Amino acid sequence: MAAPGTPPLGSTSSGTGPPNGPAALGSIRGGAVGDRIYRWTITGFALCVPLLLALIALELGSAAWPAFRRFGLGFLAESHWDAVNGRFGAGPAIFGTVVSSIIALLVATPLAIGAAIFLSEFAPSWLRQPVAFLVDLLAAIPSVVYGLWGIFVLVPLLRTHVMPFLSNTLRLGGTPLFSGPAYGPSMLAAGLILAVMILPYISAVSREVLLAVPRSQREAALALGATRWEMIWDAVLPYARSGIVGGVILGLGRALGETMAVTMVIGNRAEISASLFAPGYTMASLIANEFSEATNELHLSALMAVGATLFAITLVVSAIARWLVWRVSREAGT
Amino acid sequence: MFATKIAREVVAPRAAEGARDGVRRVTRIAAHGVDAWFGAAHVIRGVSLAFAEGEVTAVIGPSGCGKSTLLRCLNRMHETVSGARVSGRVLLTGPDGVARDVYERGVNAIAVRRHIGMVFQRPTPFPTMSIRDNVAAGLRVAVEGMPPRREVDTIVEDALRRAALWDEVKDRLRASAVALSGGQQQRLCIARALATRPAVLLLDEPTASLDPISSQRVEELVYELRRGMTVVIVTHNMQQAARVSDRTAFMLAGELIEVAPTNRLFTAPADQRTEAYVTGRFG
Amino acid sequence: MTAASRGGLRRSHPSGVQRAFAARTGRTLGRRRVVNGAMIALTYLAAALTTLPLIFILALLVEKGASSIRPHFFTSLPVPVGEVGGGMANAIVGTLILIATAAAIGLPVGIGAGLYVAEYGRSRLATAVRFLSDVLNGLPSIVIGIFAWQFLVRPIGHFSALSGGVALGAMMIPLVTRTTEEMIRLVPTSLNEAALALGYSRWRTSLAVVLRTALPGIVTGALVAVARIAGETAPLLFTAFGNQFWSVRLTEPIAALPLQIFTYAISPYDDWHAQAWAGALVLIALVLVISLVARFVTRARFGAAAD
Repeated sequence: MAAPGTPPLGSTSSGTGPPNGPAALGSIRGGAVGDRIYRWTITGFALCVPLLLALIALELGSAAWPAFRRFGLGFLAESHWDAVNGRFGAGPAIFGTVVSSIIALLVATPLAIGAAIFLSEFAPSWLRQPVAFLVDLLAAIPSVVYGLWGIFVLVPLLRTHVMPFLSNTLRLGGTPLFSGPAYGPSMLAAGLILAVMILPYISAVSREVLLAVPRSQREAALALGATRWEMIWDAVLPYARSGIVGGVILGLGRALGETMAVTMVIGNRAEISASLFAPGYTMASLIANEFSEATNELHLSALMAVGATLFAITLVVSAIARWLVWRVSREAGT
Repeated sequence: MFATKIAREVVAPRAAEGARDGVRRVTRIAAHGVDAWFGAAHVIRGVSLAFAEGEVTAVIGPSGCGKSTLLRCLNRMHETVSGARVSGRVLLTGPDGVARDVYERGVNAIAVRRHIGMVFQRPTPFPTMSIRDNVAAGLRVAVEGMPPRREVDTIVEDALRRAALWDEVKDRLRASAVALSGGQQQRLCIARALATRPAVLLLDEPTASLDPISSQRVEELVYELRRGMTVVIVTHNMQQAARVSDRTAFMLAGELIEVAPTNRLFTAPADQRTEAYVTGRFG
Repeated sequence: MTAASRGGLRRSHPSGVQRAFAARTGRTLGRRRVVNGAMIALTYLAAALTTLPLIFILALLVEKGASSIRPHFFTSLPVPVGEVGGGMANAIVGTLILIATAAAIGLPVGIGAGLYVAEYGRSRLATAVRFLSDVLNGLPSIVIGIFAWQFLVRPIGHFSALSGGVALGAMMIPLVTRTTEEMIRLVPTSLNEAALALGYSRWRTSLAVVLRTALPGIVTGALVAVARIAGETAPLLFTAFGNQFWSVRLTEPIAALPLQIFTYAISPYDDWHAQAWAGALVLIALVLVISLVARFVTRARFGAAAD
């Protein structure tokens, strides 16, 4: 028997309301329905992600199809982009994308890794946070602001000082890489501005990977009598290698797709030139520049085809970067 | 032998005998031939055990013997883990004397859990809620819906008093629950469980993460709570079981070995495995 | 105690290290010290060169932009070249409207998807969502822009703020999904259990307990995503398109700060250039404020919950 004064099973002290207790166990169904609705709702939202990607692929593909049907896959290699005469080839744009990205990687990678090494190994603790913060903040600056700086600072600087220095003072003007008139807007400008923009991405990933290298690796090298640099070069960097490569590929992915800053400093000319001083196009800047003025259906479709190609390339690069990062985290046992 | 045999048979819903003061007690909740699995691992084997109202029943045994799992089978918490499975019956008896199997087809597990209170090893106050809202959290899903505001305040105070926490928090009911000490948080969790006036209170090693003084307060509290409630406490601390409970059940490797009035189990256990455990030869 | 017994050498590249040092015994300690010093100095240089652009750009923004910031910048519309007193009021408001539209799409989908992935993490859909949202994240914003054009502008026949909002919202989805999943993972499962044991249904546990506990982190993630899309230009080029006049309607083209900056920057007029700098300063300030609010939200919560 329940002790006197204690309310029976399940009721509140007021004692009012429908009878409850085990007899009511079967009658409460509200939770189940709510659960089902909830699960369907969040499943629906989750499905939006693959659906969105499929939709993008579909729309781009169908808009690009007329151009690919007309020009075939040779569209990608064809080096003439002539809107007036209706001959479209993505060659110059692809060339420009590749060259500007390579320049960006060549300049940014050593700087970013160097900064990451500084932050993870040598920086005094009071300096670490502020410097890391400043480097990461580079990623927060909008592309158009970089472009603004590019137009009014970088390009004039290149035109009046750097390019003459390279071609005259260093006498590189005769070499194919530095030949031709130096008006300013150029592949070099695009590559440099891209380098600044991808710095934070490579640096952040490298820093994380370097910090994750176990102390035992470092201590073992130092115990053998290595200098600090030798410890880094021989024991830490090899361990962190695939992660750093992942970061570089992440930076590459960013560089491939960057639009605004590039379109403001690259000169927007559809030609393939060996010279870094020459203007050019990237796939992204081509679309940005010509889309609103696309004169006819074919022109539009050709631009869409360039977009579809860019979509495919960044997809592959993203997948590779992701796979590398996944492999690193698996090795580290996380 | 005799005690073991009783534990193994299906216990009919009549008063369990041998309680401390000789009063016949109602069996409020009873496991009948319960088996439980974690995936392929068979962790509870054919356990039949009845818990009576007005008593504290302790379940003891070495680590991994399934005592926590048995507890979680009583309020259908075991199945919340993916890959977990239960078979058998758990009969919950209402005030009308009618026993329903909580695992019966058509019975909603959520409804079952609203009638049974549970306190876990680590204090788990809801961090975004105040002390008052934490205690009232269970009322939100009460069988008849959320009571009116003033009544909630009364219930909260009552629960906090029964949990021996009222005096310490009565001035700061709106403060965040995570600002309390570990022992206070655990008493808060007990108050939260009590607020819905469950007939059965399950405690899964409630003092395992507390300091000795807080542990002692919780033990005193548990002993007081048994009036009008069925209390089941799982503990790896034999002394605690001896202090707090009226009856003790000993489990080993998923099986119920012996159940007896606490005094008898610890001083004159019938099974030699029980004796080995309580005398510290293993565990 | 040798290094070998520490176990450090039994890891990857043990022989590499040993080989390298054996090779180096050929060189003098002095030479190695010089190399060491030089390399360290280079890393200092790299760090300096990496932080310099930021400081330089910010300083430049302030220098060139501050002079054009007058109160009327925030209240007046753009004026034709040669006239004084122009502003970017429509662009500032336009950016806010676009952000709001994007959030209306990106937040529910992102948080919902994040909830799904956190709860059903091992299902095939969850794995797909994780991978594909990284892919989405890496897509160039111009690609999202032309997709939105093809999908929303072309069939309708004219540019609209809505299409711009959709493009930006699509960019928010992967960001919000990721941070939501991470924040929900941080909530201890014991809270889940405590709620279930009280008789809470699954949906109530997920929303009223888990989501509520993770909310500060989720809000931070949302704000970070907003800061990111506030500065985007490319997705808006062919969707929102920009507007010289005052417009707040979703069905019409709308002005936006980044678009306006771009238009002014590539123009040949000096006073428009000055306006571009001013606009850039305002844009950076907006992004900075949103980021700071995001940090503040997290800090306030953790500070209050200190035990």
